Amino acid sequence: MTTNITFQLNGREKTVQAHPMARLLDVLRQDCSLTGTKEGCGEGECGACTVIIDGRAVMSCMVPVCQVHGSKVESIEGLESMGADGQTCLHLIQEAFIKCGGAQCGICTPGMIMAAVAYLRQPESAPGGVAEALEGNLCRCTGYTRIFESVKTAIDRMKTGANQSR
Amino acid sequence: MRTNLADYECLTPGSVREALEQRATGRKLIPIAGGTDVMVWMNDGHLGKVGKVYQSLHALAGEWRYVKTDTEGNLRIGALATYSDVRHHEDVKKNYPMLVHSAQVTGAIQIQNRGTLAGNIANGSPAADTVPALMVYDAKLRLVNASGERVVELSEFFTGYRANVLKEEELISEIILPKPRFAADQQYYRKVGTREAQAISKVVFAGANDGKGNVRMAWGSVAPITLRSKKTEDAVAAGAAADDAWAILQTEITPIDDIRSTRDYRLKVSQRILADFLGKVHQ
Ligand code: FES
Ligand code: FES
Repeated sequence: MTTNITFQLNGREKTVQAHPMARLLDVLRQDCSLTGTKEGCGEGECGACTVIIDGRAVMSCMVPVCQVHGSKVESIEGLESMGADGQTCLHLIQEAFIKCGGAQCGICTPGMIMAAVAYLRQPESAPGGVAEALEGNLCRCTGYTRIFESVKTAIDRMKTGANQSR
Repeated sequence: MRTNLADYECLTPGSVREALEQRATGRKLIPIAGGTDVMVWMNDGHLGKVGKVYQSLHALAGEWRYVKTDTEGNLRIGALATYSDVRHHEDVKKNYPMLVHSAQVTGAIQIQNRGTLAGNIANGSPAADTVPALMVYDAKLRLVNASGERVVELSEFFTGYRANVLKEEELISEIILPKPRFAADQQYYRKVGTREAQAISKVVFAGANDGKGNVRMAWGSVAPITLRSKKTEDAVAAGAAADDAWAILQTEITPIDDIRSTRDYRLKVSQRILADFLGKVHQ
């Protein structure tokens, strides 16, 4: 049994044909060819598959795709924007991860970044700050310190207005 | 092993009425609210017998996703309200601090943005973090079917390990919490897990005392169901000392050894939580 599911994906309307209970994670990676979203555990423990649905960070391995019908989905691929010169520019948090060494093997990185973006846009979603915002994201490489530095650097840059978070 | 989804059907009703009519046909439909349990089973190949039919309730959010205080002062939590909806709600923050605490320690934010309290109840895990808090607040559940509804006490909802009084044709439509009656410093919530974040509890407890003879104590992960220790409540209300209360509590809880902890550890922790609770709220 498959059904048509229409949603906004990184700002563009997208219709996929899938089983209603297919994981959003698989639909993104296979049907939409967006492989930036990673699978770590497949059971809601690691956060590698984090995407943003209607402004909220969620684990895409736990979302049956029928539940995004009519929603706005953002994946890591949606963060970069087109600059005035026609070149793509990274989101300031992506730049911060590069600058601070927030990524090593990179498997956790897209999920970390999406969780961080949701937090930057809505700090009240995590009253406990960055540590709470990222508590659902595991990293086997960095020891977290540089990830925290990356997010804090991005926050500072946002405050100084160097770049507007979208 | 990953599930072959083609073996399962999933209905996607667009309204409460449609969902209840589908359930009234006598087919067994397994509801999916936020999906945070069902999708894990699917991944593990535990969706159950081939041919099972699921029912996604997500499109009922317009009707059932709310948190509000009604005119009588009861808090109503719609079946599709998420942990995040609940923990950030002003009325909840003001009147039901243990609910905020228990929602905040459930999974991570990504789970809280998706999972629902009603789903947590229906799924019936004895380790559910919010259920002890809800029980202490004397939560009731509204159960609806295509032709009517009934209201049951949450503390009487569970009948055994992952078993409850919900009938096939019914859904939980909302959780109702009576007006708050416990002073903030007379409420106590404690979750003991392997780590601060993202842990499933080894023992979870909520308790409160209104100073007028009403003591509430509810426990998770120490029995096949989340339960109120009513005999211990009565003893504590009558002024029992910690040792006596503990002797009674041991007749009410039945912890086991499992992958997360041992019976011995759980007993020891329960005893300490009890003593700590009494130290904080006993007059
Ligand atoms: S892959 Fe989704 S949380 Fe780990
Ligand atoms: S960089 Fe390797 S898991 Fe985080």
